Amino acid sequence: MDLPEELLAKIDEVITHYPESKRSATLPLLHLLQRQFGFITTESVEWIAQKLELEPINVLELVTFYPGFRQSAPGKYHIRVCRTLSCAMAGSEELMESLCREAGIDRSGVTHHDPIAVGKDGKFSIEFAECLASCGTGPVCLVNDDFHEAVAPQDASKLLNKYK
Amino acid sequence: MAESIQYKRGKVPHKREHRMIFRNIDRVGWDPSLATYESDGGYAMARKALAMDPAQVTEEVKASGLRGRGGAGFPTGVKWTFIPPANTKPVYLICNCDESEPGTFKDRYIVHQDPHQLLEGMIISSYAVGAHIAYIYIREEFPEGAVILEQAIAEAKEKGYLGKGIFDSSFDLEIYVHRGAGAYICGEETGLIESLEGKRPYPRIKPPYFPAALGLYMCPTIVNNVESLCHVKHILEMGGEQYAKLGTPRNTGTRILCVSGDVRKPGYFEVEVGTVTLGELIHDLCGGLHDGRTLKAVIPGGSSAKVLRADERFNIRQGDEQVEIGIEDIPMDFDTLMACGSMAGSGGVIVMDDSRSMSWVINNINHFYAHESCGQCTPCREGSLWMQKITDRIVAGTASPDDVDTLKSVADNIEGKTICAFGEAASWPVQSFIDKFRDELVADTDPKNAGKFVAPEGMLAAVGLK
Repeated sequence: MDLPEELLAKIDEVITHYPESKRSATLPLLHLLQRQFGFITTESVEWIAQKLELEPINVLELVTFYPGFRQSAPGKYHIRVCRTLSCAMAGSEELMESLCREAGIDRSGVTHHDPIAVGKDGKFSIEFAECLASCGTGPVCLVNDDFHEAVAPQDASKLLNKYK
Repeated sequence: MAESIQYKRGKVPHKREHRMIFRNIDRVGWDPSLATYESDGGYAMARKALAMDPAQVTEEVKASGLRGRGGAGFPTGVKWTFIPPANTKPVYLICNCDESEPGTFKDRYIVHQDPHQLLEGMIISSYAVGAHIAYIYIREEFPEGAVILEQAIAEAKEKGYLGKGIFDSSFDLEIYVHRGAGAYICGEETGLIESLEGKRPYPRIKPPYFPAALGLYMCPTIVNNVESLCHVKHILEMGGEQYAKLGTPRNTGTRILCVSGDVRKPGYFEVEVGTVTLGELIHDLCGGLHDGRTLKAVIPGGSSAKVLRADERFNIRQGDEQVEIGIEDIPMDFDTLMACGSMAGSGGVIVMDDSRSMSWVINNINHFYAHESCGQCTPCREGSLWMQKITDRIVAGTASPDDVDTLKSVADNIEGKTICAFGEAASWPVQSFIDKFRDELVADTDPKNAGKFVAPEGMLAAVGLK
């Protein structure tokens, strides 16, 4: 697996944060490789295992546990809409519907184990997230690392236009 | 509060507030840089602490009566003294910044707008407990917050406030940011520790795994919430005894209440603990309910807290007297909310008016807990999903009338039967909604009401109902 020098240096630096146990660096390394490739590939799991002297299953079991890791490619912009109570009361279900409509995403195939729906052109993908901890400004969503508050369902296209 | 502080338009604190931790939130001319923090007197308390005996710092925190702001309300200073006195292993401090209890949104603002306040609190606390490595476990959904904290740490390190011999003392301290990956269970301190060790965050059983004795890498570990750690700085500034005069006895200091749901002005309010009633919070600080609406229910301390019904009456002790009060008379402190059968929890208050269906609300909550159960204990793993499936049927209009009793029995068989408190967190909402809104839930199982609720496509598809 070819990784840029800069990323390799970053990985080595991160491992020093855990002088007691390299295994602690598994989560940070998964984050770095997901950022690099968009999702966690089998090669990434094996690479991390080798780097941290673990078995691949020690890494894979984290990928399958944590909702923050994906095993397939998301869109260029990945949207996470908060589904939990305060945001739902403020209209997050409606927001999800209008975002899907505007971005041309079909969520009918979504399941618990496969929660992400990707649009046909691969530009946007979307999923519900549990409480994003901004209950006073719902409905809220994350688009990649950008946080958006009080997004009215009717403003879905305005939000998507920022990423066009 | 100093007169000179100006706040941004529309963000001016309410006159009932006592801003200490949130002093710099929404402040005009404020930014998260070290220079700004220092120009306002920042890091003076870290210097002061380093000149004290560590045990003396702990004594001040004990004297302050500070109770943990993450949810359990356990006295912070007492927690620190649980480190075995004969310990020879390294000690770790962990800041729990996994803020994810539905209804809670306070740590977010501290991290994004005033990161050095948190670092200063952590420096003082690390010194008190003898930790030379501290971790900030921040939830993955705060990507910007993680960057801000890393920048703040780099600035502090550059100045010699972190690293070897901090503030020219002989004390070494490194603080590292560790990002979670979207799992609510990592807010549970032993789950967090497992996660930080690079494992699945399955909580550990207590005893024997009390973190203060057997925590990270089986070493003594103190896990404190973001807000609690920030309070430590102010305790040192005021002195523990003086701090204890804020709030009410046994419920000292200030705390940040986060209000969401059906109020005109949802938001965060830092008040002296117990000096504001639930009614004042809703009608005065939050501008009241929407036009023509009446109060139906309140979840007072994050979604795990038992719901309170608007017309409930409670018998509580006030001073030497036993008095009967209504929901709006409840002072927002740890002890009274517990006496009313709920809890102050994480300070997240969710207000619901008469437009809300209680079946819909409890179903939303059940989806959360079913999604977030770590799966380690059978009653919780299976039960949380069963509870979700039952309320899915209720909102889909396909339930049978005895489903409400089944739901209750599932909840009763989770509570007290799991390794960690998630079992209670998942079952208390269900038990309390059934206890207080049984008639509404049973009425919603009537086939006549089928189709009354429109549940989202994804939710129903996920359980095979659509």
